Amino acid sequence: MIRLLALLMVLAMPAKAEEIVLGLSRDEVAITATFEGSEILIFGAIKRDDSTPIEGDLGVIVTVAGPDHPVVVRKKDRRFGIWVNTESVEVDVAPTFYAVATNRPLQEILTFTEDLNTRISTQRAIRSVGSTVEGAERFTQALIRIRAGQGLYQTLPEGVWVEEEALFRTLIPLPANLTEGDYKAEIYLTRDKQIVDFYATTIPVKKVGLERWLYNLAHEHAFWYGLMSLSIAIAAGWGASAVFTLFRR
Amino acid sequence: MQIYLPIAEVSVNAFLLLGLGGIVGILSGMFGVGGGFLMTPLLFFIGIPPAVAVATEANQIVASSFSGVLAHLKRKTVDLRMGTVLLIGGLIGSGLGIILFNYLKSLGQVELLVQLCYVVFLGMIGTLMFLESLKAIRQASKSGGVSIPKRRKHNWVHNLPFKMKFRVSGLYISVIPPLLVGVLVGVLAAIMGVGGGFIMVPAMIYLLGMPTKVVVGTSLFQIIFVTAFTTMLHATTNFTVDVVLAVLLLIGGVVGAQIGTRIGVRMKAEQLRIWLAIMVLAVCGKLAFDLLVTPSEFYSLGTGGHS
Repeated sequence: MIRLLALLMVLAMPAKAEEIVLGLSRDEVAITATFEGSEILIFGAIKRDDSTPIEGDLGVIVTVAGPDHPVVVRKKDRRFGIWVNTESVEVDVAPTFYAVATNRPLQEILTFTEDLNTRISTQRAIRSVGSTVEGAERFTQALIRIRAGQGLYQTLPEGVWVEEEALFRTLIPLPANLTEGDYKAEIYLTRDKQIVDFYATTIPVKKVGLERWLYNLAHEHAFWYGLMSLSIAIAAGWGASAVFTLFRR
Repeated sequence: MQIYLPIAEVSVNAFLLLGLGGIVGILSGMFGVGGGFLMTPLLFFIGIPPAVAVATEANQIVASSFSGVLAHLKRKTVDLRMGTVLLIGGLIGSGLGIILFNYLKSLGQVELLVQLCYVVFLGMIGTLMFLESLKAIRQASKSGGVSIPKRRKHNWVHNLPFKMKFRVSGLYISVIPPLLVGVLVGVLAAIMGVGGGFIMVPAMIYLLGMPTKVVVGTSLFQIIFVTAFTTMLHATTNFTVDVVLAVLLLIGGVVGAQIGTRIGVRMKAEQLRIWLAIMVLAVCGKLAFDLLVTPSEFYSLGTGGHS
């Protein structure tokens, strides 16, 4: 909501001198049985109103965010000689996937205040409200570290190529362990660290085919799904036994 | 070949899963254990979410146990009567176990308790079995390779009421001890997410005095039904059974179980026991090591929303 308000304020500014025109390599990502990860090519052009003079450093920021889910971050401590979970922090909003690609390091093309308002950087995209544990910051940092290790959180400081200050493109790699949902792609254009234009679109990430069918069956007809799993198990057990008996003869 | 698992929502190598299933299947057929106590930690290790690993593993154990029990039925090494008594206890136990599990979950720290359960039980049973079989092997070699352990001890087990004849096992004992063994195994199976063979097998040998050859088949027989019950429970309440994962594991598993059963027949009972003991101790050691050593990452992620 805050993000939206900030954007409205940005967009309400009179006479936009520059505008984003966008293209996507695909408008949805299908998760099939052999899904090994994928990538989205996001490209576009910067449309310019020639009457206004353009000044300042150009910045292009592309973010792709997966659906938000709450996460519990637990910390281990040594108690009586063994390592056990002691403290925990519940992070209310954490995207399951988050990538920030920029043409230059983020702090060079975006002010701190703009980042606070728009929640572009990974630290800002995560929110934990009302955590009472001291040093909750460390828990969110741990969350980012762990997810970055799984390829789910990515910071690509030179991930956007800009040509002639008019064309830009970026390739966002998607890991294999993606969560289903609507992925939000947002593109920000900055001049002298101030946002001048913004464009947003959604890329649905969906399971298809067998994956979709099994997922739906497991959730909507859990009893039959359970019975199916058991019958497969029994059949496989019997089958293997029969085959081996055949070989022995 | 990478494959995306629809329920676990991760992509893993299909051949890795087939291989894991195969290895655990061989052990399962050899020792009459479901192999869950090995497979569940292995699945955690390759990045399957714990809830999915536990539930799917239960389903996979059904397959490998069924395959194994068929081989044993043909050789008439299953005591169906004893199996049924153990099963009744097992179902009661797993019901109790799930209640206990949910209670511990509400207290938090369920993970730690599960781990401690593993370390304590595996450590205890592993050590006992190891010492016992070492003694048996020594005695066997002293008496010129011919072992005559048919010396029935009359302990408290034989003085209980409700006696029943278990012809296949050659026993005439009260139904109370096998029922209690079943209950204990059921409780532990539900808490630890395993079939419970590694506890049942020694209990049958040392507590009930059943012959080792019958123990394996009978234990597999009981495990099929208890794990089938657990699978249904997980599938309908937590939606965490991943059938694609299960199929891959069980293809490897059932083949492995057949091979394992044949290896088991060729081995001496004492040897079989000592290898099982070593394996149990190895897993125990690994888990204890994880609890004691300083972790490289102090933080871990869990699903939010108190689910």
